[in-house]
Amino acid sequence: MSETVLESPKETRYLLDPAARRSRMIRRTVLLAVGLIATFLLPWMIYPPVAMDIAAWALFAISVDLLLGYTGLLSFGHAAFWGSSAYVTGLIAIKSGLPFPVAILGGMLAAMIIAVPIGWLSVRRAGIYFAMVTLAFAQMIYFVANQWKDVTGGENGLQGVPSNFFGIKLVESDSFYFYYVAVLLIILGAWAAWRIVHSPFGRVLQSIRDNPARARALGYDVEKYKLAAFVLSAGLAGLAGGVFAISHGFVSLQELDWTTSGKVVLMTVIGGMGTLWGGPVGAALIVLLEDALATSGFDGIGIITGSIFIVVVLLFRRGIWGTATLLIEKARKAIVSRKRS
Amino acid sequence: MTDHLLTASGLTKDFRGFTAVKQVDLSVERGTVHALVGPNGAGKTTLFNLLTGFLTPTSGTITFDGKDITGLQPENIAHLGIARSFQITSLFDNMTALEHLELALASPTGLGLKFWRSERSLEQFHGRALELLDQVGMADHATREVGQFAYGQKRAVELALALALDPQLLLLDEPTAGMGIDDVDRTIELIIRIAAGRTIVFVDHNMHVVGSLANRVTVLQQGQILVEGSYEEVRQDEKVITAYLGQAHA
Ligand SMILES: Nc1ncnc2c1ncn2[C@@H]1O[C@H](COP(=O)(O)OP(=O)(O)O)[C@@H](O)[C@H]1O
Ligand SMILES: [Mg+2]
Repeated sequence: MSETVLESPKETRYLLDPAARRSRMIRRTVLLAVGLIATFLLPWMIYPPVAMDIAAWALFAISVDLLLGYTGLLSFGHAAFWGSSAYVTGLIAIKSGLPFPVAILGGMLAAMIIAVPIGWLSVRRAGIYFAMVTLAFAQMIYFVANQWKDVTGGENGLQGVPSNFFGIKLVESDSFYFYYVAVLLIILGAWAAWRIVHSPFGRVLQSIRDNPARARALGYDVEKYKLAAFVLSAGLAGLAGGVFAISHGFVSLQELDWTTSGKVVLMTVIGGMGTLWGGPVGAALIVLLEDALATSGFDGIGIITGSIFIVVVLLFRRGIWGTATLLIEKARKAIVSRKRS
Repeated sequence: MTDHLLTASGLTKDFRGFTAVKQVDLSVERGTVHALVGPNGAGKTTLFNLLTGFLTPTSGTITFDGKDITGLQPENIAHLGIARSFQITSLFDNMTALEHLELALASPTGLGLKFWRSERSLEQFHGRALELLDQVGMADHATREVGQFAYGQKRAVELALALALDPQLLLLDEPTAGMGIDDVDRTIELIIRIAAGRTIVFVDHNMHVVGSLANRVTVLQQGQILVEGSYEEVRQDEKVITAYLGQAHA
């Protein structure tokens, strides 16, 4: 209904005209500046650990968007990568005492390594079967972590994860400063996602999402591309999970739980799939809501987020970000055409 | 000795007991235009899907340019030099015509896997892309999204896409279906132009198209080859008249 009335904002996405290209460049720069300013002001406005949670979940949601929004794959097991990386990051930090970014890098690599066999087996399936296979593997990893108590601490989790940063324990001394160091890793991850989406590879992913048979007829090995996207996405989810582990100072089984996979998909859809900015918006909304409701003692958070999800799916299929950009574009066009006449 | 670019022998496809293609032996001579005709449901599209790897044959073999390509994946067959168009227009609705051609032209270069490069690296293909779009009369619409195109324009982009792969063998599934008379004539001219130095197999129900283009015609009926010969031979064949042409003219 509304989809057909509103014109696509991507009409002139391909810009040969230098003036159009410059205006896109300006738009992107302004957005980037606003995003960066918001990121840097966040711990001034809210409790810094909550700001850190938003940033970590934002990158996690971006990693899901890379698959869901740009490749057309709904992973329902992304907690496997976020959680595995959280555990590996925590273990490296505890056992080695290396600076926390090194521990996070280790966690991220672990997530990508796990993603290779999981991706290899799941990208052969389409639609709901892909979601089910990813969920099944995530449950398997949850089970292993739960059983392997010597390493993971089982139900007690991994306690006392340090945040060494060249001799200082950042989180313990001041979570405000920790935020500014750790958020650089998140920004790096978000930039990587942007680079991937706006690369020749990203273009092929979108063609696979829209019409896999045609992509194959053009000579693209669809499964290879899906697997590459899956592993890259797992790496970003792992980066986010590693930051989350250090920021909290402990890792629990919750990080591997299927509800974590569900929550990040929810954030991505609410924010807007296939936009990259949607993930952060959805993450901020859900984390802030959870925080507000938890401090007010309300424990029916699932009802609230679930209702928002239903409203978005039924009324704003493009999510918050997608709907907002569409309305802005419409307004801009209306102004331009009024000026002309 | 004739030089066959493509040979299918004993090609058979079963769909759960229903045989859509049955023991088909087809040889396509290099440099010719070969038409595949037959009533709806005769198995023409299924045959194309077998030849391009979208379906795996139940039995039989396919040889292309001296290589056995039976059971290869579609993307590998595309790289070997067989390009196809789809009977039902099959494009990426959110992409511009130019973006389609960039994608096709980038395919053999391996640029597609480079996730660290800017998408502006695809602009190296603009020159060739615009040439190809010009060939099919779509250069003026290069930067429009194909979702907004009229049917005939989409078919033209399909053709440009298949050509972008610079294939030795071009398989066109009903390139003129649903077109008005002007578009049909334009498409015939276009196919004649691109046929130089290529081998083409096409499916079409329009006998004017078949007569204008085909050096050789194979008639398929219920998954089997009924007759094969020149257009004139096939047109006068008793079996064909009763089985297909008579019915089509009725
Ligand atoms: N994937 C499939 N599964 C089952 N039956 C199929 C499939 N594809 C085609 N068929 C059947 O095979 C027959 C031949 O179809 P097709 O090759 O599309 O015919 P044509 O292109 O000559 O009109 C039809 O009866 C069709 O229903
Ligand atoms: Mg057909």
